[in-house]
Amino acid sequence: MRVGVIVFPGSNCDRDLNTGFGDTNFTSEFIWHKNEELPAGLDVIAIPGGFSFGDYLRCGAIAANSPITSAVIKFAKKGGYIIGICNGFQILCETGLLPGALVRNVGMKFICRQEEISVESTNSPFTKKFKLAQKIFLPIAHHDGNYIANQETISELESEERAVFKYKNNPNGSVNNIAGILSKNRRILGMMPHPERAVSDFHTNQQGRIIFESLFESFSTY
Amino acid sequence: MKVRVHIMPKTDLLDPQGEAINTALMNLGFSEVLNVRQGKVIDLEIAEGDKELAISRVNAMCKKLLANSIIENYNVDLI
Repeated sequence: MRVGVIVFPGSNCDRDLNTGFGDTNFTSEFIWHKNEELPAGLDVIAIPGGFSFGDYLRCGAIAANSPITSAVIKFAKKGGYIIGICNGFQILCETGLLPGALVRNVGMKFICRQEEISVESTNSPFTKKFKLAQKIFLPIAHHDGNYIANQETISELESEERAVFKYKNNPNGSVNNIAGILSKNRRILGMMPHPERAVSDFHTNQQGRIIFESLFESFSTY
Repeated sequence: MKVRVHIMPKTDLLDPQGEAINTALMNLGFSEVLNVRQGKVIDLEIAEGDKELAISRVNAMCKKLLANSIIENYNVDLI
């Protein structure tokens, strides 16, 4: 299982993500954002957290127009698997691969702590190893994690069970406590919490590991 | 030609930055302030002589990059 972790100037969770994938049996490599093509034979693309391009203009807006992005969009249109975490989620929303947008936290503060998250759907390659409604703790670390979308989009996300992760105690004002969403084909996941900070032996919390293991198992069962 | 883009958070969108400014103004005694919204201004210098064409190009830039239509409204003006 080969993963490509996209690196933008200002990405800062790329190495954590690479380690997380490595610790769950993936083969992981970095891809610089200026490349126009993806390496052949990738199974998964991962877009890491951080502050790509210093969050200039809007979080993720400049990265969403980087040279590599058209290749990522092409990969998605062919049914490719993509995970975007934190800034990666913001970038996926800016490209239009996921609906909605992430704006400033309601409390105006950068929040960095563990949050209780519930798993709202196990019908996805990223969550199949969880139990439905399972409660887990994951670290969050963001200033702009307040998920918003129009009512029609929210209804669609809810009725199709694509609002896959929700906060128990909404830290940032997100509509319907949404912490992570899936694309229509359920192969693209965007989430604000950081599973790559809760995966390896040296982490005190390893509940993020299940996301990596679910994804790995999704491939090995094909 | 110089063109100015005003970008504002949509009116139905909570603007926590505007609210923080509002609270700070209240604390300073400016009690007449009813509401504050914070947006941004982007000035562009464009190598285009035709005004209408320049404005339509900047509108295209707004759609593609400068503004996010899910959360923001924008105006394009010549300056």
